[in-house]
Amino acid sequence: MSATPDIPSPSGRLRKAPESFLTPDGVRTVFAEAKQGRRDFVRGAFAAALTGAVAGSAAAQAPVAATEGDANILTLPEHSKGLGQAVVTDGYGKPSKYEANVQRRQSPGLTQTTQASVSFAPLQSLFGIVTPSGLHFERHHQGWWDIDPSRHRLMVNGSGDKLLKRPMVFTMDELMRLPSVSRFHFIECGANTGMEWGNVAVPTCQYTHGMLSCSEFTGVPLRVLFDLAGVDYKRARYVLAEGADGSSMTRTVPMELVESGEVLVAYGQNGEMLRPEQGYPLRLVVPGVQGVSWVKYLRRLEVGDQPYGTKDETIHYIDLMPGGLHRQYTSTQECKSVVTTPSGGQVLLDKGYYQISGLAWSGRGKVKRVDVTTDGGRNWRTARLQDPVMSKCLTRFTLDWQWDGKPAVLQSRASDDTGYVQPSARQLRAVRGTRSIYHNNAIQSWLVEESGEVRNVQLA
Amino acid sequence: MCSWRECIAALVGVMALGSAAAQTYPGIGRPATKAEVAAWDIDVRPDFKGLPKGSGSVGQGQEVWEAKCASCHGVFGESNEVFMPLVGGTTAEDIKTGRVARLNDSTFPGRTTLMKVSTVSTLWDYINRAMPWNAPKSLKTDEVYAVTAYLLSLGGIVPDDFTMSDANIADVQKRLPNRNGVTTAHAMWPGKSLGKASPPDVKATACMHDCDTEPKVASLLPDFARNNNGNLAEQQRLVGPQRGVDTTRPPGARREGPITVAATPSQAPAASGAAPALALLKKYSCTACHGMEQKLVGPGFKQIAAKYAGRGDAQDHLAGKIKAGGQGVWGPIPMPAQPLPDADLKTLATWLATGAASR
Repeated sequence: MSATPDIPSPSGRLRKAPESFLTPDGVRTVFAEAKQGRRDFVRGAFAAALTGAVAGSAAAQAPVAATEGDANILTLPEHSKGLGQAVVTDGYGKPSKYEANVQRRQSPGLTQTTQASVSFAPLQSLFGIVTPSGLHFERHHQGWWDIDPSRHRLMVNGSGDKLLKRPMVFTMDELMRLPSVSRFHFIECGANTGMEWGNVAVPTCQYTHGMLSCSEFTGVPLRVLFDLAGVDYKRARYVLAEGADGSSMTRTVPMELVESGEVLVAYGQNGEMLRPEQGYPLRLVVPGVQGVSWVKYLRRLEVGDQPYGTKDETIHYIDLMPGGLHRQYTSTQECKSVVTTPSGGQVLLDKGYYQISGLAWSGRGKVKRVDVTTDGGRNWRTARLQDPVMSKCLTRFTLDWQWDGKPAVLQSRASDDTGYVQPSARQLRAVRGTRSIYHNNAIQSWLVEESGEVRNVQLA
Repeated sequence: MCSWRECIAALVGVMALGSAAAQTYPGIGRPATKAEVAAWDIDVRPDFKGLPKGSGSVGQGQEVWEAKCASCHGVFGESNEVFMPLVGGTTAEDIKTGRVARLNDSTFPGRTTLMKVSTVSTLWDYINRAMPWNAPKSLKTDEVYAVTAYLLSLGGIVPDDFTMSDANIADVQKRLPNRNGVTTAHAMWPGKSLGKASPPDVKATACMHDCDTEPKVASLLPDFARNNNGNLAEQQRLVGPQRGVDTTRPPGARREGPITVAATPSQAPAASGAAPALALLKKYSCTACHGMEQKLVGPGFKQIAAKYAGRGDAQDHLAGKIKAGGQGVWGPIPMPAQPLPDADLKTLATWLATGAASR
């Protein structure tokens, strides 16, 4: 069977009857025949119509105005008249086949290999604040693994004898026995929007902002493990997190974040275990800090009295500033937002009412306010923030908008509870230039053209 | 109630947080043995804490490099084909100043590892923990010294007859071209431990009305790049307030009537004879260097299949090439020898010789 479903009129308004469906005359005949009890005929006629629609065949029936009403209403579909599928047809359910376009995707030309690469989450198709686990963005440095949890170990040690009382080892069974917490946090790659520092490079918000996801993470506050190991918090002001995969990712985390209770050793994500692509069975969760520090396949935590200068804080993930200095240990993801609908690569179907909707977040705390403009930044309106608004978590904002069919430039600007306001690209470049790669939190612009097509643009 | 001993123990525990935790969660965790810590604690800090004793020469490093590193990074660390180049862009003057001047030259293409790295411990640790890319942690300690020395020699940082060791690595640090090229003076370290916490560097205000802005488009994707990321019509949901724009058509072509983009439910992989070979490609990380159709580092599998299509001995020949490695047939970057079991070699060679079906 062909995989081409019938796409009905998006407005639900009465339109011309789709090709291959019954003409009004045909409908009248069917109903008339039905009244006379010729059920076989009816069944056959509907079956033919459905087959035609599903196959998308262009059987040349002249489209005639459906004066009687919407054929989707007048003609009961198969699912209203038949028996549906059984329970446990699929032991782990999947999205509708009509959602097949909603996929994480690579951006062509960004990387030469698929193991040291990234896939972007389809932000333009997501609702609310939670990223479905299967659509969570991916960043692997040396490929991903599906690790046997019964053989996974977590070690806590120190870079010197005086930094903790005893190095310790934990099994997954033990970690999952400890008191747990569940918290919603965003994770954003430090290089998110990195392709757009100098100019527009990619067409949709999936590629401009899709190294961003948000989940409910479940795990043990790292502080609990450090207490068990007897960490000397006076001496040990730095933590090294290390992965068990080939790249053995390492990043330095400040002890303050551990002491605050925010840093988690997490095994749960959105009610299930972490997905393998996200570090199954164990990853570090460092709220507000860029994704590279959320070490996956977490095998070891070392406390120390100096930062570690690892490969991903000395060669990669350093921000080049004007003047030629690199900023090192940049970690905090500053306040940022993006309109996800309407957004680049989409086409509006008609003039009239639209809900502008998007995401805002801050690595320093809660989103306090989001303003939205439709005229490229001359006038702004304050958007609604959807509950819940949580610290270091995505926040969904919405705003009513009547599109009059004229060109419009949509932008959003978030501010957080520290008073920080998301900058324009011009303001950001004035300080950081265009070669930083990392930490581009500029205001995003989408141009709505008269044709309804939405394009990624940057303003002068 | 508790006995006086238990009460005192509890009190002491409360006073010393560490022991309190240990008593709160009895049965959870155990002390790590010395051997366990030694097996995993491999990190090397900028002050060389954690660096094992050992040494390796530039010449020894070159041998390892050509066998295990050149296939991705090029013989001289210059290759741009798989990863960013490691070598290039540094000068003798940079070695003196500790600042890479070309980082100020926006016309200089790319930034090599030697232009960026500020601590030699990082290079050592990187190679030791994560290289070679498809066989990390397989180098011996002396080989890591040797490879590090060879890489530095390519940038003129150490002489060609240099032998690097734990005893002289601190001297090498003093010659690193970008050793003075980093700063921690920024507001993006969420702790107090890296010097003074500074306020955010970019200060914006939230103007609401008649704001000073000229909404003039300065940058957008050119029309020829419209379809670069694939047809956007197939990347958007098929229901809701908007659809994806069909980027296979020219811009501005407004549609008449309802959008009729076909849904493309993902297809279950068809069972075919190619499945065992495809599994082996993954198992042995062949796809790290070879594309299915296109050249990456080495030729695409289809290109290989096409080249050897008419040869009667193609299967044996290709099995031999995989096993022994080679250089020159498809370009200068060598393919390392792949000592796979004969059965796997045969599966792969047969698959290649019969067209390299991708599903």
